[in-house]
This record gives sequence, structure tokens and C-alpha cells, in this order.
Amino acid sequence: MEVLNQWAFVGVFLLLAPVFPLLPIGAAALFRPSKPNVLKSQTYECGVETVGDTWVQFRVQYYLYGLIFLVFDVEMVLLFPWAVAYNQLDLFAFGAGFLFIFLLADALIYAWKKDVLVWK
Amino acid sequence: MDCVGLCELVNNLGVANEATARFIGLMIGVLLVSGVPLITVVFLIWAERKVAARIQDRIGPNRVGPLGLLQTVADLLKLLGKEDITPAAADRLLYNAAPVISFASVVLIWAVIPFMYAANETGARMGANLEDGVLYFIAIASLGTLAIMTAGWASNNKYALLGAFRVVALLVSYEIPLVFALLIPVMLAGSMSMVDIINAQSHMWFIFMAPLATILFFVSSQAETGRAPFDLIEAESELVAGFNIEYSGMKFGMFFAAEFLHVFTNGILIAVLFMGGFLGVFYQAIPILGFAWLGLKGSVFYFISLWMRNTVPRMRIDQVMNFNWFFLVPLSIINVLLTALILKVMQVTGFAPTDLANSSLIGVLPLTIILLAKDMVLIGAILGRVGAEGREARLAERRVNEELVAAAAGD
Repeated sequence: MEVLNQWAFVGVFLLLAPVFPLLPIGAAALFRPSKPNVLKSQTYECGVETVGDTWVQFRVQYYLYGLIFLVFDVEMVLLFPWAVAYNQLDLFAFGAGFLFIFLLADALIYAWKKDVLVWK
Repeated sequence: MDCVGLCELVNNLGVANEATARFIGLMIGVLLVSGVPLITVVFLIWAERKVAARIQDRIGPNRVGPLGLLQTVADLLKLLGKEDITPAAADRLLYNAAPVISFASVVLIWAVIPFMYAANETGARMGANLEDGVLYFIAIASLGTLAIMTAGWASNNKYALLGAFRVVALLVSYEIPLVFALLIPVMLAGSMSMVDIINAQSHMWFIFMAPLATILFFVSSQAETGRAPFDLIEAESELVAGFNIEYSGMKFGMFFAAEFLHVFTNGILIAVLFMGGFLGVFYQAIPILGFAWLGLKGSVFYFISLWMRNTVPRMRIDQVMNFNWFFLVPLSIINVLLTALILKVMQVTGFAPTDLANSSLIGVLPLTIILLAKDMVLIGAILGRVGAEGREARLAERRVNEELVAAAAGD
């Protein structure tokens, strides 16, 4: 029950947190001028008219970083319980954790050898 | 659920039944907890400008109010009157949601920060003592990354989109050493709860047990805020203003405030995770003093990050990425492995306690000395390597220069 009480606090916090930035933004709506026109609401690119579509396919490098990050992040979630129970672990579980980190490092070495980590 | 604390207080006033009283109690609690970051952010902006001014040999804001303390209020009033332009091509819903998420995500982190000692079952005065407070922090911190990505994409502007792409590369990459560094206090304390981590430091702060993890956490959290020397997402000389180029008025102000608050929140997090949080002289006798200790420790790291921001030049994108993937990530993995190995060996042989909180200074001393020695050897090896490479580069440069001079003299 105590645990639930703590999460109830987080729940209320999640509901209220967007209110803090919304308040000044809402208050500004009462004071600020609002006179949009066609020229003003153009995309700002330092005075030059924008050419072509912005939402296009982009270089693959960024996605590769995202993919490698995903590998690490998912494995990290599995490592945290291991770290929490660390002081009570027997040697088998200790070794298993090490094996897991080595597999993780192996992914890094593979990506390293494949040259996907180098910014091109 | 028992109706205790604020809930009991509201219930005794006789306003409502117990369920409503509980909800009102929670609301008041949330307002109290979030009041701390919301009030500090006003002074943070002032402090940031003062420190930046001193480093650049200026005086900084000194006109509005005593010592210029009310400068931020004046800025806020100015922002209230600024027109809010939404570009016609933007994705309106996401465009408007991004600054809100950005600011809310930073405020939400404060839910798990223990402010001061309390003699209740939690052991601290704080928002919510989650059993997995560290995991909560990681989850909420990535919300901020998402907000910046959303802002860059929804603006439908090429500079903003480039900024958003850099967010993917930069903020996402630096989360790996950040989380690996977080593993070490969790491992030492044997818990993900912030209060347990603080209690485990009652005999020895983790900064002495794991200085390398502290540095790794500090550097990667500095990158997570997207500030110099890692401010590639809004690099003025390359992307005009990066992800926030289309934002104006109060929405821009919210991004700005979120960034300032994020830096200070990181300082407070280092204080909690590595410097013992509210632990200090008389923290039990006078709880409010514990609050002051926390603020003081957080401010030290806040100052260091301001110092860094104002003295270190911006790195290029390839330098930033290589620094992370070829240096920080391998180093943080090695650090976790070595710490785990030393800790386990010492626990099995009986030199280290399995429960740091109920140990003593003498009990944790051998572990501290060995871990400190390990970190010193690692840091020494790195600095030696960097120094040797620097010397090599300087010598090579000198040789080239001498050859040029010789060639010129020969003509």
C-alpha cells in the first residue's frame, strides 16, 4: 500500500507538471500582440525562401547511432536488477552478469570494426 | 492506504471525505516539491548571467532590484509581451507540445529527490520514495531528449531539423556512459531508491569510492543538457539557433528555462548520488540544514558546469561523437567491470561490508582505498596517454615548422 501511495504522488505530479509551463504560455496569450501575416509565418531561413521539402530522407548515419543505442539501452535495463541485487549475488549470478556485459562489449567491438561508429 | 501526513492535515480541517482529502494532500505535496525548482530557476538565470559576466570580466545584471536579482522578472515580463509566431508550415500540435514537455520533464525529475532528513518510515522529506528512483530519473530524462527532437521536427525548418538530427546522435549517444556511471552507485548501495543510496553513503561518500564514475556522470550529463562544449544542437555559427529557431515569445522562454533548470538538476543529482545528498553536520538535529547541504553540494557542480560552459570552446560533431564512442563508452564499461570485480572479491574475502548503510567508517575504509586506487590508476593512465599524444603532436608540428624555416632559409 505504501508503494502505491508513492506512485499516486508521481501520478498527480505527471498531471500537474504540464500545467507549470502552460501557465506562462497561457498568460502570455492575454498580453502579447497577435498579428500573423503570410510573410511573418513563412519558414525562417535567414531571409532566403525555403527550397523543397524539409521532411525528407536523411543520411543513414544518425539511424545507425540510434540502433546501437537501442541495443545498449535495452541491455542496460536488464543490468539494473543485477546491480540492485549485487550484494547478495552468488558467484554464478556474478559470472552471468559479467558474461552479459562482455556480450554487450562484443556488440560495441563489432560496430567499431564495421566502422559505423566513425562520424563520416 | 493510510491517511497520513498532508492527507491527515486536510482531513482534520474537515473539508472533505478521505478520498478527496488524500487527493488534495497529494496536490499540495506536488506543489511544495515543484515549488523548489520553480523558485530556484528565477535565481539560476541570474546566477548564470553573473558567473558568465565575471568570467568575461564584466559586471553582469545589476540594475533591476538589489544586485540585479530581479532581472529575470523583468525578462519574464518582456517575454509576456512578445508576439508568438507559429510558422504556417509547422506541425501545430507537436510544435506547441514540445516546449511544454521540455519544461515538464525537468520539473518531474524533482519528484524523486530527497530534500532533507525526516524521522518517518521513508527517512527523508521528499516527493515520492520510489523503489526504482534511478530508473524513473533515466525515463524522465529521455523525455527531455524527445521534446527537443519533436521541436526540431515539427518546426518544418531545415536548420531545426538538422538540430533534431544532432539530438539523435548526441543526446542519445551520451546516455550510454550516463547510465553505465549510474550503475555504480546502484551496485554499491544495492538499491535504486534515492534515499537508500544516500543512506549507504552515511560513512563514506561515493565520490571517494567512485571518482571516475562521478566524472563520467558529470561529463555525460553536461552533454545531455546540450550546452557548451556540447551545444551542437543549437550551434549558432552552424545552425543559426538549431532546434528552437522558429520559437519565439514564451515558448522559447520555456525551452530556455528548462535548459537552465536541467543544469542545476544535474548538479543536485550528482550531490544525491555521489556526494551524500543532505548528509552533513547536524542534518538529523536540524533537518533544514540538510536542505542547505544539498543545495550547497549541488551548487558546486552547477558552478563547475557554468565554468566549463564559459571557458571551453564548442567541439565539432565528429569530435563529440568520437569522444563518446571511442573513449567514454569503453571507459565506462571497463569501469563497471573493474568496480564489480573488486567489490565482489572484497565481499567474498570479507574485507568489504555487504550493507554499506549499517557498516562503520572503519568497515568501508578498505573498500574505499582499493576503489580509489583503481580509479586513480585509470585516470593517471588516461592523462598520461593524452599528455603523450599531445607532446607527440606538438613535436610533429615543430618539426614541420623547422623544415619550413630551413626550406625558406635555403632559398
